[in-house]
Amino acid sequence: MAAVQVRGEVLSIRRVGDYHALTVVAPGIAEGTRPGHFVALAVGGPASATLLRRAFSIYRVQERGIYGSTVEIVFAVTGKGTAWLAERRAHDPLDIVGPLGRPFALPKEPVTATLVGGGYGSAPLFTLAEQLRARGCRVDFVLGASSEPRLFGALEAKRMSTQVAITTEDGTLGERGRVTDVLPAMIKRSGAEVVYACGPMGMLRAVHTIAEAYGAHSQCAVEESMACGIGVCMTCVLPVIGDDGQTRMLRSCVEGPVFRGDRVRWDDIGTIPADAVGAPVEQEQR
Amino acid sequence: MTRMRITTEKPGARPLPPVYMATSLGGATIPNPMLTASGCAAAGRELDQFFDVTDLGAVVTKSIMLKPRSGRATPRMAETASGMLNSIGLQGPGLDAFVDTDLAWLKRRGARAVVSIAGSSVEEFTKLAQRLRNTDGIAGVEVNISCPNVENRGLVFACDPLAASAVISAVRRSTAPGIPVIAKLSPDVTDIVEVARAVVDAGADGLSMINTSLGLVIDTQTMRPTLAGVTGGLSGPAIRPLAVRCVWQVHAALPTVPIVGMGGIRTGLDALEFILAGASAIAVGTVIFNDPGAPIRVLHELQRELGDRGFDRLSDAIGYAHRPHGVPAEPTADESAGDDEAAPGDALAGREHKEHRG
Repeated sequence: MAAVQVRGEVLSIRRVGDYHALTVVAPGIAEGTRPGHFVALAVGGPASATLLRRAFSIYRVQERGIYGSTVEIVFAVTGKGTAWLAERRAHDPLDIVGPLGRPFALPKEPVTATLVGGGYGSAPLFTLAEQLRARGCRVDFVLGASSEPRLFGALEAKRMSTQVAITTEDGTLGERGRVTDVLPAMIKRSGAEVVYACGPMGMLRAVHTIAEAYGAHSQCAVEESMACGIGVCMTCVLPVIGDDGQTRMLRSCVEGPVFRGDRVRWDDIGTIPADAVGAPVEQEQR
Repeated sequence: MTRMRITTEKPGARPLPPVYMATSLGGATIPNPMLTASGCAAAGRELDQFFDVTDLGAVVTKSIMLKPRSGRATPRMAETASGMLNSIGLQGPGLDAFVDTDLAWLKRRGARAVVSIAGSSVEEFTKLAQRLRNTDGIAGVEVNISCPNVENRGLVFACDPLAASAVISAVRRSTAPGIPVIAKLSPDVTDIVEVARAVVDAGADGLSMINTSLGLVIDTQTMRPTLAGVTGGLSGPAIRPLAVRCVWQVHAALPTVPIVGMGGIRTGLDALEFILAGASAIAVGTVIFNDPGAPIRVLHELQRELGDRGFDRLSDAIGYAHRPHGVPAEPTADESAGDDEAAPGDALAGREHKEHRG
């Protein structure tokens, strides 16, 4: 599925706790979108001094809404680009590229799956849950955040799963602690065979470690900083082990953002492992 | 494959004016002046989703080295005002894999390909050029002697006229006659004309300018450099005046040498500045990250800006800003004397448009 660049139009923007949910009319993107795909938005308008695209997981799409085909994302204001996005209102134009990346791999057989989301990292997990359930899978959720307003989709998760565990670091909702505190018990109870996760790198690494300890596969959607989102800038790389056993620096935008947890060299993110293909061997580097 | 062509043209906009856009790329003729800047377009395949890469003057591929290269650690990128720093460190699959996959794809696709090569020694550059000599379907070789992301600044060949000319003469000798060899220069030198003259004397058929300029961003939260590699190359509209100055100086000194102008081109007017300063071709780089459709959009905008100023041919505009004082702004004023429908009004309109630019 090829990505398209669309001059979209904001349909609506609403506050959800500490986050913003933005719906854009963007013909051509919804049609090819699968759970785990993302979009890259230009921010600040055509003369913006902020050139790099902002990447967001797709929360949900509508192929044939009354306003046409729409894409919805969820974001937190963390800098200039997201502050500008939060100020968009209905009918504002928005340059959007998508669908991008490799989506979550879906099982061929009905399996038991646990979906783990940190903060608004839960956004892509709800369409994933729908598709898993349509394949006869049991779906449980573990959602966590620092505080209640930073949880996203707790009610929605309840509606579409067998069990939900909620954690907040300050105890404002659910159990006090982190998703990784409750994940082992959840996997044990359900006998999960696969864990899907989206959230900060540290959480993904811990989720993968727990999944592996309980013999479950993991599919992790990573968050690496990107400039383009389409595979040309080479900034969003991380060390990943390939089918041939070799480690390569892969682009998380086109070879990810979803990776098998056991293929990512979590401890080596931010470095070039010495055994990676093309790793520096001599003093002469460029 | 679905393709959405993005232009700034609104439906029902005027058709593009008839301007003859063919130009010289180091002696070879290409149908239009628009190239992709090396390192900003991979090998064209990703961008082919957004526009037809065969519509470009040429795809300039990301610099390739002899062997696979992992590049530098992350973070590799920092956003800056109207630009960015990058510290990729020439990550790539090595020449053999590049030829078998990327170049093969460009050939199948029918795109003109300028292959950018990078080496850490004259020998490596020579081997790269020799290997490419046996590969058909190459429109040119760009020699990246100016990547700033090296541990040892002494390895930036383009910072030293002697080292730069040693690389260029070796590549020129090893490249088939008729295939242009283009030297990519760094702005981080005291006298870019001296380096330009040295590489032209060594056999360069053209010059690409500019590569990124060395920069550094400090993260005020961690109170350390943002990039893992500490320094990076600054690119984007922030460096455009620096790039236009380099093109101006070199064109003034070496008016017959074809120049590919680049550095922060975002619009047709930006591209026009480079042409007027003396570039015969242009490349869009960092702006592709903002707008993947930029190369074709900017090409069309440039054509319109040229037409609005009364140019029938791109080549008439090359270096036009260097004309002596007293020569009118309207390029076809003499020929169109007595013609009521002539273009001075359009040329004026063009200037007004320019003043309105943010």
